[in-house]
Amino acid sequence: MKQSVRLLVVLAVLALVPALLPPYYVTLLNYIGISALVAVGLVLLTGVGGLTSFGQAAFVGVGAYTTAVLTTADNLPGWLAWAGQSPWLALIVGLVITATIALLLGSLTLKLSGHYLPLGTIAWGISLYFLFGTLESLGGHSGITGIPPIAIFGWTLDEGGEIYYLIWAFVMAAVITTQNLLDSREGRAIRALKGGVVMAEAMGVNTSRSRIVIFVIAALHASAAGWLYAHMQRLVNPSPFGLHHGIEYLFMAVVGGAGYVWGAVIGSGLVTLLNQWLQDWLPKLFGHAGNYEIIIFGMLLLLILHRAREGMWPAVLRVLRIKAEPKKLVDTAAALPRRTMPTRGEVILEVKDVTRRFGGLVANNQMNFNMHAGEILALIGPNGAGKSTMFNQISGVDTPTSGQIVFTGKAVAGHDSREIARLGMSRSFQHVRLLPRMSVLENVAIGTHQRGSGGVFPSAWRLERKEEERLLAEAARQIRRVGLEEHMHEEAGSLSLGQQRIIEIARALAADPCLLLLDEPAAGLRFKEKEALAELLKKLKAEGVAILLVEHDMDFVMGLVDRIVVMEFGEKIAEGLPEEIQQNERVLAAYLGGVE
Amino acid sequence: MPLISNIRCGLVVYVLDGEGSALDAGIVLILGQDGVTSGAIYALLALALVLIFSVTRVIFIPQGEFIAFAALTLAALQAGKVPATVWLLVAMGAFVAAIDGLANLRDRDTEGLGSLLGWNVAYPLALAALLYSVNLGELAMPLQIALTLAILVPLGPMIYRIAYQPIADTSVLVLLIASVAVHLILTGLGLVFFGAEGVRTAPFSEGNLMLGEVSISLQTLWVVGSSLAFIVGLYVFFSRSLYGKALRATAVNQSGAKLMGISPVVAGKLTFLLAALLGVFSGLLIGPITTIYYDTGFLIGLKGFVAAIIGGLASYPLAAAGAVLVGLLESFSSFWASAFKEVLVFTLIIPVLLWRSFNSHHVEDEE
Repeated sequence: MKQSVRLLVVLAVLALVPALLPPYYVTLLNYIGISALVAVGLVLLTGVGGLTSFGQAAFVGVGAYTTAVLTTADNLPGWLAWAGQSPWLALIVGLVITATIALLLGSLTLKLSGHYLPLGTIAWGISLYFLFGTLESLGGHSGITGIPPIAIFGWTLDEGGEIYYLIWAFVMAAVITTQNLLDSREGRAIRALKGGVVMAEAMGVNTSRSRIVIFVIAALHASAAGWLYAHMQRLVNPSPFGLHHGIEYLFMAVVGGAGYVWGAVIGSGLVTLLNQWLQDWLPKLFGHAGNYEIIIFGMLLLLILHRAREGMWPAVLRVLRIKAEPKKLVDTAAALPRRTMPTRGEVILEVKDVTRRFGGLVANNQMNFNMHAGEILALIGPNGAGKSTMFNQISGVDTPTSGQIVFTGKAVAGHDSREIARLGMSRSFQHVRLLPRMSVLENVAIGTHQRGSGGVFPSAWRLERKEEERLLAEAARQIRRVGLEEHMHEEAGSLSLGQQRIIEIARALAADPCLLLLDEPAAGLRFKEKEALAELLKKLKAEGVAILLVEHDMDFVMGLVDRIVVMEFGEKIAEGLPEEIQQNERVLAAYLGGVE
Repeated sequence: MPLISNIRCGLVVYVLDGEGSALDAGIVLILGQDGVTSGAIYALLALALVLIFSVTRVIFIPQGEFIAFAALTLAALQAGKVPATVWLLVAMGAFVAAIDGLANLRDRDTEGLGSLLGWNVAYPLALAALLYSVNLGELAMPLQIALTLAILVPLGPMIYRIAYQPIADTSVLVLLIASVAVHLILTGLGLVFFGAEGVRTAPFSEGNLMLGEVSISLQTLWVVGSSLAFIVGLYVFFSRSLYGKALRATAVNQSGAKLMGISPVVAGKLTFLLAALLGVFSGLLIGPITTIYYDTGFLIGLKGFVAAIIGGLASYPLAAAGAVLVGLLESFSSFWASAFKEVLVFTLIIPVLLWRSFNSHHVEDEE
């Protein structure tokens, strides 16, 4: 079955449910739908982006309380009166308030490591919960009643079987837009977050922005769920917005499979049903009422984390024999515009008096060298000579203590690697940084990030397909160029280490660089592969690309490069043509040990 | 000053509502004493949280549960009842013995089997037998306290073994979700064991100490004194003892420490043992000051977190200072705006994160 056919089947089943099932189950499905909406946001945030929030219930509360206050108030101040006229206007107000709070919270924790965000959301979830219960204007612990039902074109949704359609329309919209988003340029940027910030930034991804974007999107989903909840229940009070409910939403996402959008729906269904069942049966078993279900939930959660961290959805896919379809490539897609290459022989990189100290250790001392367009330069030296430090400073991962680095005429020392990438520098990594579960094609497509512009909204609603076709076609072109076309649709993690290094080069090339930094590209390659790599690098050189290599394989280096810079103990000890370097006394001493 | 007679500690539910009333020197002293008392407790929690995070990368949400379990266990002993927590010890010990014992048998490694069974099966059963054979209510308080520690502290390493050790290599995020799961289980069990009733244990020493005009309750002195003693003790442990140094080495670099023969499993268990000791002792200290319910520990633990975050989950002195700040903020905000006490304490995290964010210059690359 094709993906679109499966989706139609799901929609048809959902449409028939209220007619076939008794009202009790329709109500249950309403709760499942509302939870699923929250959980879909968590899939994006936690499963895909590697961040998490325990405070989603508080965002649900913001949405619910906003609409409750606006639609029940008799005397709204004049400037706000418009918002009280319809639940739909209140929804917009709720979303705006939620986005503002999420932006604030998200930006606070952005520069800190990832676990500050969940801790921040715990604190914020608690404090908002107490605020709901304390503020007189929000009705204190008894809450707000008399919330009007939602109406669409005169149809009032005041029955469970009616609002059911609205709830599930929201859920399906969330599922589809989230899937669309993940399968786009923005989506790859979000998925790249798990591959490490350094890699994503080097490919031109603004990781801070991606983190904020998913946090805000997840919060907006929760807020919309709160709006639906308020108008379904027709009353709100603080209890469903406490921290434990925030934890429950996360539980739903993890049970279903935090990395899968449909997992959120499955997880919400399972957890809600289990919750109902446990609340019915456990008190009968233990004799008196209590909070027993949370013990079972806690144990189940641990079991899932220990034994099936991927959740239920992969199992469902296996049972239904559903496999991911390979991406369609459009060969006729127009080529992406190319950068104007600097003229051959022009100086494109100048390293001037660069010194880098780590405390008392001088990793680079007064380093000086230049690179010209269309030149291959090797940076060699014994282990610990400071080559990687140099590499990191050039690519913007590290900042020199003193000195200057000029790239294409601009001083870049201390700038973000993202900005430097935009100027036309691209790199590979000594320790391969690919996303092992993504296909080779998608990994390479991350390299095209800064050559496209499709944003979050166009991606979610598939308004950027023309550009996406061009980006994928470019990625495919680079994969063919490095000779890996037969592996294009395989998972990157299933390839050999040598092939993964080549994928990294293809990804760097997809950025259309004028300077390519390669960190030990030949390590782990077989002889034939090395020959092919050397051919490729020579071809790039002929196109005017400058290549800076860090490499230990001297046979590979000597036959390939134009010039060599040799480092030892953080200093440049020699610079020149390969033949000169081979005869240089200091270099021989550094590599083979001096003769006393 | 009749208004403030009910203030004891920031952890207490306040009777007083000071909105509108003037703040004189006497009230400042009492609120300050109050804040420092709570701060001392939060400091113990924050130290445990920083310790666990730096050695095992676990963000240990359930630390507060030790507080509730400690106070409720001691209260049960004082009431002459056998606390149900001893059965938790027996059950968890049996579970650990089963999984580790089976693994040992599979590897045909019978060497460690004796101590495994001894600590996880024989010890809990012996303790249970002891509890049933003596008249608990008539024991001297130090003995009751010792029994409470004997029941609860071994739970720490058992929790590590069961919940965290199988996933010790995963991301901070997965460990954090596991912590939430452990918290749910312990809270749920707390309700089963102790019911929804709150308890207040007998104070270590009754009475007050008069320092000129100021009266300081002896329990407050106990709290502050023991916190300081613990902090000094931990300092000595970490700077002088071999195990302390091993834990510090693991915190700095786990793979490096592993190469030096420091087992991450032992480091993890030892860390959780220390954290449990700190948590249980905190619970014993505040038991007489405030009413403890089965779920009180969570909020108290989270305040320890706010303090630990002030220390960036890395610095012990900053975390301890942060804890006193949280305690003072709590006691003073309960004077001016008691209804918003919790809101204010947890909102403190926002300026703290902002400050940490300004002081952090690099984007960290995570696993």
